Amino acid sequence: MSGRIKPVTTIAIIFFLVSAVAPLLVSSWATLFALILAKGIVVLGIILLLQAGQVSFGHAMFFATGAYTAAFWGKYVGGGDIVLFIALGGITSAVFGLIVGLFVVRYREIFFGMLNLAFSMVLWSLLEKMFHYTNGADGIRVPRPALLGLSFTPETFQYVILYVSLLIAVVAFYGVQRYLDSPLGHMLRAIKSNETRLEYLGTSARRVLLIGYVISAFLGGIGGTLVAIIQQIATPEFGFWTKSGEFVFIAILGGSAHAFGAFAGAAMFECVRFYAAAHLVDTWQLILGVVLIVIILYAPNGLIGLRQRYGQAKQGGH
Amino acid sequence: MNSTLAILAILDGISYAALVFLVSVGLSLIFGVLRVVNVAHGSLYAFGAYLAATFSLAIAPISPWLTYPALLAASIVIGVACGGFIERFLLRPLSGQEDVLQLLITFAAFMIMDNLQRLIWGVQPIFAAEPLRLLPNVAVFGVSYTSYQVILLPGVALATLLGLRYFLRRTLSGAVILAVTEDREASTAIGIDAKRVYFVTFVIGASLAALGGALASPTTSLVPGMGADMIVLSFAVAATAGLGQIEGTALTALMIGLTRAFVIYLQPEFEVLVPYLLMVLVLLMRPFGLFGAVQVRKI
Repeated sequence: MSGRIKPVTTIAIIFFLVSAVAPLLVSSWATLFALILAKGIVVLGIILLLQAGQVSFGHAMFFATGAYTAAFWGKYVGGGDIVLFIALGGITSAVFGLIVGLFVVRYREIFFGMLNLAFSMVLWSLLEKMFHYTNGADGIRVPRPALLGLSFTPETFQYVILYVSLLIAVVAFYGVQRYLDSPLGHMLRAIKSNETRLEYLGTSARRVLLIGYVISAFLGGIGGTLVAIIQQIATPEFGFWTKSGEFVFIAILGGSAHAFGAFAGAAMFECVRFYAAAHLVDTWQLILGVVLIVIILYAPNGLIGLRQRYGQAKQGGH
Repeated sequence: MNSTLAILAILDGISYAALVFLVSVGLSLIFGVLRVVNVAHGSLYAFGAYLAATFSLAIAPISPWLTYPALLAASIVIGVACGGFIERFLLRPLSGQEDVLQLLITFAAFMIMDNLQRLIWGVQPIFAAEPLRLLPNVAVFGVSYTSYQVILLPGVALATLLGLRYFLRRTLSGAVILAVTEDREASTAIGIDAKRVYFVTFVIGASLAALGGALASPTTSLVPGMGADMIVLSFAVAATAGLGQIEGTALTALMIGLTRAFVIYLQPEFEVLVPYLLMVLVLLMRPFGLFGAVQVRKI
């Protein structure tokens, strides 16, 4: 097992190094890589739940919670600091995740997904309709925050937020991997393979899933806060169901078998979007849809799975 | 709220419920038989609406009465062409695979159709109200309302409900569909072509979504994003009723339609919240829906 994971870890290290260095050469990549890393953090949460065999089609609610935490702070309190935003975004979404989680972990599969979707749509309609507090569909602008009291010019700031995202992404990646390798993580996987046996072992499957769910909400919130800071705006669309679909899409694209799938998927997704949106303004969504179909039909284990399949074919050969 | 407004709200609710029912029952039928949540269902609704508008705008100069068959033709074309394609080339290769992949491939279909819709019909709102204007207004308890919305739409919905009931409970094809739903392997063993059943069911479900869109097209302006809104709404109705419940879907659509209509007149800003709040409340108490059969938890 560990022998097979190692090459992926190597690729992960290379990926993180590239995202640290490449934007220094091309400055427009700074925002691109920051977005990739931030989205990757959210998708880590999706992958966590996929380990338990559960698909959340409403995870955008935590993404939006994180984003709006920063936005509300900027609107009602003023000022703000990246560290403060991220801490607050993580805490509020973890608390929100705990509340929603208490309800949803009682259900499995389609019912789990359905209830998540329902909760996220309630949040979305509140964000869209509570015009006086949320500015409705226009969203709330998130002013450029300082970092530990230092303020930056827009040019420097894109690098600041890139390295903050990178730091969090590396920590989250390492943390999730450690979690999945821990007894708690193995119990989470056991929910997918055989929940009945897990209960026979004297463990509460609901509690195991709840812990995973809260972590996943926490990651979603942090990713949301980062994206709100990077794009300097939070809109209700952050919590719409298509956003949730996008996160599940990225997870499957990258491969849900390993934590690095989150970043591999996010990199491919954002790159296709970045270049297709620039050159093929009218058809980028169509292209992404076709990519998704090809991946599902021909490489259901995602980009990570492709590498493993290639590796196995080589070993199996001679 | 006076009585005129109340009657207006009831009529609004009924006509809205009729449209929502058509779309939701298609979604519910597909889930009941194929066990797939068709995320592209809203896109089929939008395509049905746009194609119906195109057809009726084209045919209205010849004879405005021909717009009604045009609506029906548009929904069948979309149901067979798009629905058939999705089932045959996207879902069938995935049968037996993980649920998440089946769900996600319909999400891919949604993304593609959403984009195609903007490429084909543009982003400007389209109006095609000819079928609505042809039929006279009727007075219900002193309130004047278009007979298209208050008679034709509920009529079609009721006919669909009764037709589906009859088809599934009284005909051989219906019995075959139920058999495959109940036990795919056993029904295959006695010679039923399960693949064909899946295909036919999906096309019927897709046609119902397109029919909902086609019938909605004269009553509203067609804009991008209508599909994305409709899929969650119809999903909320189907899930609140209990996936696979046909009569339950009708009652739930009526309930949500009426509640929504009253909320529009009383507290308009909470209009979009209503169906999702109801869905959360119902699912928390009865995860299998209002009318779904309660299954015993495995552990």
